[in-house]
Amino acid sequence: MTKFQKKLWAGLLIIAFLTPLGIIIPEKFKAGSAWGEWGADTLAKLIGYVPEGLRRWAGLWKAPIPDYNMGGEGASGTVQIVSYTASGLIGAAAVGVLIYVIGRIIIKNGK
Amino acid sequence: MHIPDGYLSPQTYVPLYGISIVFWSAALKKMKKELSARNIPYLAMASAFSFLIMMFNVPIPGGTTGHAVGAGIIAILLGPWTAVIAVSVSLMVQAVVFGDGGITALGANCFNMAVVMPFVSYWVFKLVRGNAVGGARLSAAAFLSGYVGLSVSAVFTGIEFGIQPLVAHGPGGRPLYAPYPLSVALPAMALEHMLLFGVVEGVITVLLFKYFMKNDADMVYALTANKDMK
Repeated sequence: MTKFQKKLWAGLLIIAFLTPLGIIIPEKFKAGSAWGEWGADTLAKLIGYVPEGLRRWAGLWKAPIPDYNMGGEGASGTVQIVSYTASGLIGAAAVGVLIYVIGRIIIKNGK
Repeated sequence: MHIPDGYLSPQTYVPLYGISIVFWSAALKKMKKELSARNIPYLAMASAFSFLIMMFNVPIPGGTTGHAVGAGIIAILLGPWTAVIAVSVSLMVQAVVFGDGGITALGANCFNMAVVMPFVSYWVFKLVRGNAVGGARLSAAAFLSGYVGLSVSAVFTGIEFGIQPLVAHGPGGRPLYAPYPLSVALPAMALEHMLLFGVVEGVITVLLFKYFMKNDADMVYALTANKDMK
């Protein structure tokens, strides 16, 4: 690994530890979900009903760590911050491993 | 911009899956031809970077949130085809592990953020840069690359949301999926990205671009003339 690459990995690690800003700052500014990413409850409040197809498909997939939060809906701020950071590290590691696997498969000539 | 499950009708998400699959296979072929083993760490870093940067939700005070995607800077540094794979892998992990973006909508989300965005960003960079080799022109090219790329990506997302009431409604005309019409969804998605999130994306793009120019200018894909693939 070159010195520059080491620096970049270190940079990514720092970014991973800063990720909780991505939940703390929106809360400070009282900002809600992204546009079009409301849960069924929020949508019902916005338009007065839950569209039928949305009701049927919204729960299709049960993600192991929903919303980057390991503590469930009532999780304390600290739990949310810790699990957000951990999610960042897990996610970054997961994409890294996947990319290596893809790379190994498509680059066979070892140039 | 991660469309959840239940917001898009099958008439929308199936074709978008198809388009994304075409781009994935084309991208893998291009990478097989052009990429060498020593590029893999950069590819992994690019994907990890895209994953992490999307976690930084930026608030519109009292309103919604949004985030940068990183596809512009990845397209400039590693090329648009490589960016297709780097950002797609990140979106897949977000959907499967963290429920961020739907499984049915994964093709659509990859189309918007991992296909439209890198190519638009790359073209904008090339167009604005012209023949400049440094200076303000190059910085402007990098900023606009991120800014326009994310904004166009948001426009596509807004259109996909907005056509749902037209393509899928119940007997009484009530929408089955995303409920807002194009006249609401498109401006909402476009404006918030043009006014705020796109600016954030542009600033990140130009800062990283300058950092790479200073440290390893030879690796910047968009500046190496001989491997110029669109």
